[in-house]
Amino acid sequence: MGHTFAQKVLAAKAGLDSIDVGQIVEIEPDVCLSHDNTAAIAKKFASIGVERVKDPDKFVIVLDHTVPASEEKYAQNHKEIRDFVDLNGIDKFYDVGIGICHQVLPEKGFALPGRLILGSDSHTTTYGAYGAFAAGVGRSEMAVLYATSKIWLKTPASFKIVIDGELVEPVGAKDLILHIIGSIGADGALYKSVEYTGEAVEKMTLASRMVLSNMAIEMGAKNGVCFPDDKTKDFLDGRAAGDFEPVFADDDAGYEQVLEYDASTLTPQVAKPHTVDNVSPVGDVAGTPIHQGLLGTCTNGRIEDLRMAAKILDGRKVAKGVRLLVLPASQEILLEALSEGIIDTLVRAGALMLNPGCGPCLGAHQGVLAPGEACISTANRNFKGRMGSREAETYLGSPATVAASVVTGVITDPREFF
Amino acid sequence: MNKGKVWKYGDDVNTDVIFPGKYTYQPMEPAEMAEHAMEDLDPDFAKNVKEGDIIVAGKNFGCGSSREQAATCLKAAGVAAIIAPSFSRIYFRNAINNGLPVIELAEGTDAMQAGDEVGVDFSAGVVEHNGKTYSFPPLPPEVLAILEDGGLIPHVKKVLNT
Repeated sequence: MGHTFAQKVLAAKAGLDSIDVGQIVEIEPDVCLSHDNTAAIAKKFASIGVERVKDPDKFVIVLDHTVPASEEKYAQNHKEIRDFVDLNGIDKFYDVGIGICHQVLPEKGFALPGRLILGSDSHTTTYGAYGAFAAGVGRSEMAVLYATSKIWLKTPASFKIVIDGELVEPVGAKDLILHIIGSIGADGALYKSVEYTGEAVEKMTLASRMVLSNMAIEMGAKNGVCFPDDKTKDFLDGRAAGDFEPVFADDDAGYEQVLEYDASTLTPQVAKPHTVDNVSPVGDVAGTPIHQGLLGTCTNGRIEDLRMAAKILDGRKVAKGVRLLVLPASQEILLEALSEGIIDTLVRAGALMLNPGCGPCLGAHQGVLAPGEACISTANRNFKGRMGSREAETYLGSPATVAASVVTGVITDPREFF
Repeated sequence: MNKGKVWKYGDDVNTDVIFPGKYTYQPMEPAEMAEHAMEDLDPDFAKNVKEGDIIVAGKNFGCGSSREQAATCLKAAGVAAIIAPSFSRIYFRNAINNGLPVIELAEGTDAMQAGDEVGVDFSAGVVEHNGKTYSFPPLPPEVLAILEDGGLIPHVKKVLNT
């Protein structure tokens, strides 16, 4: 029997010919990410008693979670991170405003096929869209990676998710992944390595594949990969920070489960409060009043997402009593949106532009919710209290669904605008 | 056998309700983290939890964000162990790395109710409740060593100094 993507990447990193599911190996990741949690990690690192980061070239640090600092304690946190970066000679440091880490790493060419990437953030899975094996770890683990560059990993069993057909606009990758998570549950792929394949994935943009990989964690997966192709190579041409060797699963690899979906018949989906797997067609909750729309985050803050929203909002207005917050995922995307006139369209429609960053997604700043308020968001989580008050409600949907809903003031199927 | 009083919760308890995102990027010591433990799930927990208490929950405990404070805050609050049919993988690692025993118990958790007394013998791999005993698979030796050293940081310190 052949080997899965996870088996092949982990075996190569461990210097083994092959590796069994369940086997534990101590390995050295190629790239490690941390963000605003770096100051806390640096304190843990200091407590180990090692003076300097062992291999500063391995680490990428992006400030994105509470940027720019909204309170003195966040400012102090950022300052400690800048000091740590300077002291340890970490060159791959991206200060406030460059973008969300999960957008910045691909843009800077660190998310490469076949690479093993670990980050102290659960959405590190996003880099699977570029053919990397990418998974989240904790802060203590990142501190130990600073000290030793090594970590233990267990080889996961794999799921193959085959998505046939092609998505029909305005149905997008977000609707697809919400549908998948809704069908298998928040623990449906617990601890598994997920491989996304099939016609729909092949036809998708890299930005759309990032949505699938980003939300792999929301069904419990360790990682979620899309295999590299010409689109991947074209994107990385001139960006890739080093050589890379794509890794593909063998045709006769062993999967614990093979799941099949048809993209061509899919309708717009939403995750209802307060879990990501509480999914239904938009039509089931159409008419639910909303107070805020959020367009952005590491899930859906890319240029194709802003374009889709602009298409719907062009010449229309955000409904009275509704706020639309827009956060491009990076400076690069913001510049692209400016040159395409998208920002102009969104602002004229009544959008409130915020800087690239995580914004209110995790409830720390920039547009949190009051008790009794409801938000339709392109983010990846809708847990109770996540965006502010525990008495508020968050619905998750595609950029098209958010745009359509802020125009009408109630949750709306975006197909009404097509 | 260590015995403790049960706090009972359901399936898919996520790290946002265990430790809210608004505190996640603020510098905070473990004792202060404990004051916010379970804030958006059970506001009574932090006020009433006692040293040695045990959390019994449904499947997929600790799903969501990788924030390690969701493990640190429960350890600092005095929780002796968490028992659930399954854990999210990052939470499982974070708990071990904080010296907080996590027990994957396939059966028996449904019968364990809030306020019940549950006994845990981690090294023997046994949980006791209402006269019944349930066994759970041992951790791999390299992972057990981390837990026995009180967490990943003390473990690595020890390894680097020997």
